[in-house]
Amino acid sequence: MKKIIVGPLTRANNSSSVEVTVEDKRVVDARCSGIFFRGFELILRGRDPRDASYLTERICGICSAAHGTAASFALEDAAGVRPPRNGNLLRNLILGADFLQSHIRHFYLYSLLDYVRGPNQRPFIPGYTKGYRLHGKVNEAMVEHYFQAVEISRLTHKLLTLLGGKAPHNHGLLAGGSTVSPAADILMDFGSKLRKIIDFIKNIMVPDTLTLAEAYPDYYEIGCRAPNLLEFGLFPRSEDDNERSFPGGVIIDGHPQKLDSSAIREHLKYSWFTGNSEPRHPSRGRTEPDREKEGAYSWAKAPRYGGKPMEGGPLARLWIRGDYRKGISTMDRIVARAMEAEMIGKSMEGWVEELQPGAPVFNAFNVPREAEGAGLTGAMRGPLGHWLRIEKGRIAHYEIITPTTWNFSPRDDTGQLGPVEEALIGTPIEDENEPVEIGRVVRAFDVCSSCSVHLIVPGTPVKETIIVP
Amino acid sequence: MQGKTNHKLLEQLIPRLLKPRAGESRPPVIWLGTNTCAGDMLSLLNSLDPGYRSLLTDLIDFRYNYLLGTAEGDMATGILDETMAELPGEYILVVEGTIPTRSNGLYCVIGRRNGEPLTALQAVRELGASARYVVAAGTCAAFGGPYAAAPNPSDSKSVQAVLERRVINVPGCPVLPDWLMGTLAHLIRYGEPELDDLNRPKLFYGETIHNLCQRRHYFDNSIFAKKPGDPWCMYKIGCKGPVTFADCPYRQWNSEHLSWPVKANTPCIGCVSPEFPDGDMPFFEHLPDVKLPGIRTTADRIGTITGVITALGISGHMIGSIVTNRLPHTLKKGFSGNGMLQKLLKKLR
Repeated sequence: MKKIIVGPLTRANNSSSVEVTVEDKRVVDARCSGIFFRGFELILRGRDPRDASYLTERICGICSAAHGTAASFALEDAAGVRPPRNGNLLRNLILGADFLQSHIRHFYLYSLLDYVRGPNQRPFIPGYTKGYRLHGKVNEAMVEHYFQAVEISRLTHKLLTLLGGKAPHNHGLLAGGSTVSPAADILMDFGSKLRKIIDFIKNIMVPDTLTLAEAYPDYYEIGCRAPNLLEFGLFPRSEDDNERSFPGGVIIDGHPQKLDSSAIREHLKYSWFTGNSEPRHPSRGRTEPDREKEGAYSWAKAPRYGGKPMEGGPLARLWIRGDYRKGISTMDRIVARAMEAEMIGKSMEGWVEELQPGAPVFNAFNVPREAEGAGLTGAMRGPLGHWLRIEKGRIAHYEIITPTTWNFSPRDDTGQLGPVEEALIGTPIEDENEPVEIGRVVRAFDVCSSCSVHLIVPGTPVKETIIVP
Repeated sequence: MQGKTNHKLLEQLIPRLLKPRAGESRPPVIWLGTNTCAGDMLSLLNSLDPGYRSLLTDLIDFRYNYLLGTAEGDMATGILDETMAELPGEYILVVEGTIPTRSNGLYCVIGRRNGEPLTALQAVRELGASARYVVAAGTCAAFGGPYAAAPNPSDSKSVQAVLERRVINVPGCPVLPDWLMGTLAHLIRYGEPELDDLNRPKLFYGETIHNLCQRRHYFDNSIFAKKPGDPWCMYKIGCKGPVTFADCPYRQWNSEHLSWPVKANTPCIGCVSPEFPDGDMPFFEHLPDVKLPGIRTTADRIGTITGVITALGISGHMIGSIVTNRLPHTLKKGFSGNGMLQKLLKKLR
């Protein structure tokens, strides 16, 4: 038995830490720890509810539009306002562009170097020396595509800039709609850039994932877990939000079910938060730290749906929609992400067509004095929820459950492992000194610790204990 | 105008700056991510000329990059020790993110050393001590930013606040790629750029958004937007342009100079400012929120006091100085070493 700790797990949107126990060259136990402590939910209290969309974007640089969207939905829910038709389409385009940015950067900049040898220069060296299966021209082409991906991902951020003024942390996502009137020149620019991005995804990125799949077919058998999948629904088809392009839904042990967000509970037994009481729904969630808590090992809470650990992300979305049901594994996650990027690109072209120049983009509204709202959306890495309560016109309670909290969660009150932990069990480790396999399994989930937002209540003393990175 | 000239100058400089002078090698750069959303590194990737590839092959030796480096675990942390031992006084340290100081910095652990956690606080202090230059990339690293907002749950501080030496502040949430690339290019080719009293390169942060704004004539003629999405002056729906020093209106985002928040019909929220976000909120209100509800206690003071100053700045500007244009100068002084804001910030942080 040997313990391996990968910390920092780099090439993720902020480093996290993974500890595995290896026996007979296989992972027999795994623990995922969040190492980030900021307290966004506490920072939000007392502020103007309209500020939440811009402020929560700052949780995460790679998926900021998803937070802006969830925050907008939450306030619209509380205020009872809907965006105009153009407003909904513009927001879909902004979020869609950020999806393309995130998926392209994740595959090429974060994930690829687990499978492909980078150029012989920093920061691609040092790195592991073994386990790379692509050689010669194939490897070279992949490296070339890496740098092309940098260029193309810049274009994705330009789409955000065209409609939101800047990227990341754009200004185009707010309750009530969006802000840039879709004039012909902007749409032409947007459409032309989008076309280049779509061509890249279709002709380079999707084939590259298939090249990886051919060279690493065993990764269809690695990182597997039961089909327990969750999605809140992505891209409202219309301003009424009666239906979403990627529908929300739940798969429990392979069986599709209707989404019921009241079935969500946050467990705290293995998280450094007080309270071993009944797990709570996020609208009534509590964030009180207890770093000394016996047996706990992560700052992430453990959200469960109907008591089950749920996986979110492109694979879950495509599975729920019925577009991809090959398997639940490391390689399936990678392939599904590229497929989803292609599908979103295509949808975006349709939304550009639907925009009506001259029609309104924003509906003004009054912030309610007392109200509650929930903003649920699909985000790049899975289901994202913002729960908001307004008292005296100000934010009284704000709770955020990010996709990474679902995917990277620790054990729950009943001892069930979190999804990444489940997926790690059984992973073969060829060389304990170069455990490249761990990163492959974890990164396929596109873990993002920037989005582990739960934090500490100020004034509560925190004992000086070692936080395993 | 100053800003425009600077913009053009930079465009001319960068291609020439790509190659170090004969006999010089690319300077080693360590890019540390501390308590951050990674938005500043992602923003740097948006640089057009030079792009990321040229940056790596022509301009710098990117020894450590928490987001994009291949190495993970102890191998990654080892690069930091190796660089400090082998190249003291030679490498440029770029820090992205705030530095949590609570519990000796354990709120942000960036890796392990000898099996023990290596905190961001410790790493910044050690690496900062023997770096040739220290650059704070983005508002978090430069001034604290959103994670240090009240009640600042992690007691996060700016890089300058935890280092004895001078830190070059390149703020922005995120930092605009040109600002950072331009600062790096200047450091490599010409040494330290001219800095203001908050150690920001004057090249990029020398003038207010308000003075450079394309919609300034709407302000002068009192044509104001009533809601986000209106194509007029954003002043009455919360624009912090009058108290924000950056060249966004000229330079625009991102590298292709496409747009910026006011062009997108939304208020500037002052994301480059030392008081961001507390002193700039609510984002959509004409005057900052000086009456925060009693939920927050002592840390409230930061938000309140800087908020009052922003409020004074904006309303003072409105009342007295439109014609004479004197207030921005007073205000700039106010941001400077002898100014009231600077003193207050010092006291508070």
